[in-house]
Amino acid sequence: MSAEDRLHPDGATPDGATLDGATPDGATPDGATPEQPALERPKRFSADNYAYASAPRLGVRGWLRWMWRQVTSMRLALVLLLLLGLAAIPGSLIPQWPQNAAKTQSFLDNNPGIGPWLDRAGLLDVFGSAWFTSIYVLLFLSLIGCIVPRAIVHGKAAVVPVSSVPSSLARYEDRLEAASPLSTVDAVEALRTWGRGHLLWGWLTGYRVRVDERTARDGTPQVAVALEQGSLREWGNLVFHTALVGVLCALAVGSAYTYRGQAVIVEGQTFTNAAVDYDSFEAGRLFDPAWLKPFTLTLDRFDPVFDVTGRPVSFTAHVTFADPGKPADDATIRVNHPLEIHGGKIYLQGNGYAPLLTVRDADGNVAFSGATPFLPQDGNYTSTGVVKVPDVTSGPQIGLVATLYPTAAQAPDGTVSSVNPQSVNPVILLSAYTGDLGLDAGIPQNVYQLDETKLKPVLGDDGAHLVIDIVQGQTVTLPDGLGTVTWDALPRFVALDLRADPSLPWVLGTALAMLFGVSVSLFSPRRRLWLVLTPGDGNDVEGGDLTLVEAAALAPPHDEAATRALASALAVSTGQAVPSPRVRQEEL
Amino acid sequence: MNVTDISVMTLWTAATLYAIAMVAYSVRLARVADARLTAKNAALVSVGAPTAEPATSDATLSVSKPGARAQGIGRAAMLVGLMLHLVGVVTRGIDAGHPPWSSMYEFTITGSMVGVAVFLLVQRRRDITYIAPAVAGFAAFAVVSALRVWYRDAVGLQPALDSYWLVIHVPIAIIASGIFGVSGAASVLQVMRIDRDSELKKRRRFFGWLNLPHRAVKSKAARWLEAVPAPQVLESLTFRLNAVGFVLWTFTVMSGAMWAEHAWGRYWGWDPKEVWSFVIWILYAAYLHARTTQGWAGRRAAWLAIWGLIAIVLNFTVVNLYVQGLHAYAGVK
Repeated sequence: MSAEDRLHPDGATPDGATLDGATPDGATPDGATPEQPALERPKRFSADNYAYASAPRLGVRGWLRWMWRQVTSMRLALVLLLLLGLAAIPGSLIPQWPQNAAKTQSFLDNNPGIGPWLDRAGLLDVFGSAWFTSIYVLLFLSLIGCIVPRAIVHGKAAVVPVSSVPSSLARYEDRLEAASPLSTVDAVEALRTWGRGHLLWGWLTGYRVRVDERTARDGTPQVAVALEQGSLREWGNLVFHTALVGVLCALAVGSAYTYRGQAVIVEGQTFTNAAVDYDSFEAGRLFDPAWLKPFTLTLDRFDPVFDVTGRPVSFTAHVTFADPGKPADDATIRVNHPLEIHGGKIYLQGNGYAPLLTVRDADGNVAFSGATPFLPQDGNYTSTGVVKVPDVTSGPQIGLVATLYPTAAQAPDGTVSSVNPQSVNPVILLSAYTGDLGLDAGIPQNVYQLDETKLKPVLGDDGAHLVIDIVQGQTVTLPDGLGTVTWDALPRFVALDLRADPSLPWVLGTALAMLFGVSVSLFSPRRRLWLVLTPGDGNDVEGGDLTLVEAAALAPPHDEAATRALASALAVSTGQAVPSPRVRQEEL
Repeated sequence: MNVTDISVMTLWTAATLYAIAMVAYSVRLARVADARLTAKNAALVSVGAPTAEPATSDATLSVSKPGARAQGIGRAAMLVGLMLHLVGVVTRGIDAGHPPWSSMYEFTITGSMVGVAVFLLVQRRRDITYIAPAVAGFAAFAVVSALRVWYRDAVGLQPALDSYWLVIHVPIAIIASGIFGVSGAASVLQVMRIDRDSELKKRRRFFGWLNLPHRAVKSKAARWLEAVPAPQVLESLTFRLNAVGFVLWTFTVMSGAMWAEHAWGRYWGWDPKEVWSFVIWILYAAYLHARTTQGWAGRRAAWLAIWGLIAIVLNFTVVNLYVQGLHAYAGVK
């Protein structure tokens, strides 16, 4: 299609002078007659993409308008929507830093070739990556560009009168006809009452009505009634999309003001709500740690219940909660039942054993004594932990790597495993290291791992790495005069998550508005019903002064209720009862 | 015979009845298609020779309800199958002592039951017998694979699932999936019908014959498609179902977020299950928009709905079985 075709779609010959006037730089070939359009040779190479030099330029404003049209077009929104869905998928298939840092690190370690490239491309943090962000930012721009003009149009539509009935309903296939004993005035009144709908919400769900007195082509007087419904659908649509923007805003605000901390507490220990007391603590950009209320939380007892096969049944943490200067309160925290305090919540996220070990050094002084949380590795709570003993009075520092078996059982081949999560026959297998633990350098270390670079294993008599087994209450002596290890008790620990997000009510509210909006927008109809009433003295209905009613509807094909609504309107205009809506549709 | 046996036996019987229903409904579909083709050809003949008119109307009369007997068998098998299916699901719930949707086996038997129920409910309001072979076949396949592959003895709820949200979030997700399943079947029929009615694509001038799917739906073997209503009818059916499904899915995602806030301390964390629920939501949102977008309405929109259903199936199978996340309740390990 050439530029001329587009300018003159009806094929009318353009006036050469006008064309020239519109494009002063356009050269008209010499031999052109006034009737003939100025045929130009299309340019092969050009800095702009106009094939014809004389075509009018869009200009800056035109280009901006064009760009705005593109950005807000449904087609682009659709493509962005699909891109967003597609872009999310890798986030579920490849380990992600924010979701599981340990797994992501091991993925990087196992894939030294492609791993770093994926990381650089943002595929290991898809939902925080620049490209994912840019897709949804563009999508929301497009969304806003769509909502705003639609809201304006919708606002204006309320004052725009209902459009009139077509002059002839003959071309509508599902046209209905009836003879009504009512006069036109009564029929119109009945239709108005019916169209108004429910007393309370009819203003929202009812029909807008327009009544015209007109003369048909053959000169007979008619009353044309137009009923229009559909404003509610657009309302729902706008509410849904506005609420979608609202959800995004609430998320953004929430991420700035939220905080989340993890604390591991052993039975009998007390946690104080201060940033330093957390094992890990993350907060939004605008969160002030001074907002943390300095309450204390003591884990009195942790109560796990397992069935006979060792499956978990319930986990309950019994805690004592106290605000400074106030009497303490007992409370419980369970899975699915967080403890709510000070606008935040405390969740029970994990649990395990924290053996209480005492290490005496070569001189017999207590170098370490405390409960060390061991991380459960399986459903039977085979747990591993590390004890670091830097404060020895003499000799090298000691590191212990230990595995706890709550119910130890030995297989015929000598391997030990735990067969039940409860501590029926607890055994710890220890191996020791000596040397420099690397703690003095001031670099933060993982408490669950031993940095073995400057350590050497403690060997047994056979020259192999010594593994010592120890049961509760026992004291074992480390070789080479390193000291002793005593296992005093086996308390449990819980991992608690503390979280506050002031935006939660907003997220919920906007999400509910979204649900409400989408329901209204999808289930409320948009249709027009037209009824043309011809009074009795003006038509040729047999039997006297009956009013002839013609009715037709305009509705999308999926709106099957439109046919019923039309039948109802027809019945109303003939003074009959509204028919029952329960009619089964036969196969088409 | 204890409750476990009753549950398993009724489910096996239900699966058998669904298989019978599938065969019966397929026979009915073939009969209807043949009758329509005969009527079409007769009409063509009658146009050529106006004298043949009485014979045509006679033929139309005799085939007014083709495959009625097969349809009767199918309907009876489907209804009795659903009853037994319901008994099987309820007794499983009694056996387990909690709502029967906390493991892969339980999801599958409950989800397929809801799929059949959605079909029969829609069928009460409008004739959608043409989808019946797909629904019955799918239900039979789902129940049998649940019993053969995913069956696990009933056990108590794990602490993470012990919440009233289990009674809100999961059933709505299952109902939404059932609705999307029925409408997805209709979307597949819609695409096939559009392709059968359209000419082979000309733009692939030399390799057009390579478009095997298109050739397949135009072939004689696919003449059962004649018994399927016109694409526009299917489109309005799928739109209505997908609209309901979309609202329910929105609720599923929202209630899931609320439960996650209660159980895990965050309402959205891009867990694999959450990612896929989001992708499904996006696909159906795209479908709803595509319907009203020029160039996307019709076939492309139907494809989006089909992709939505594929994503649901992937979310249920691949994500449960092969992707590690917090929603690790399949109970298949």
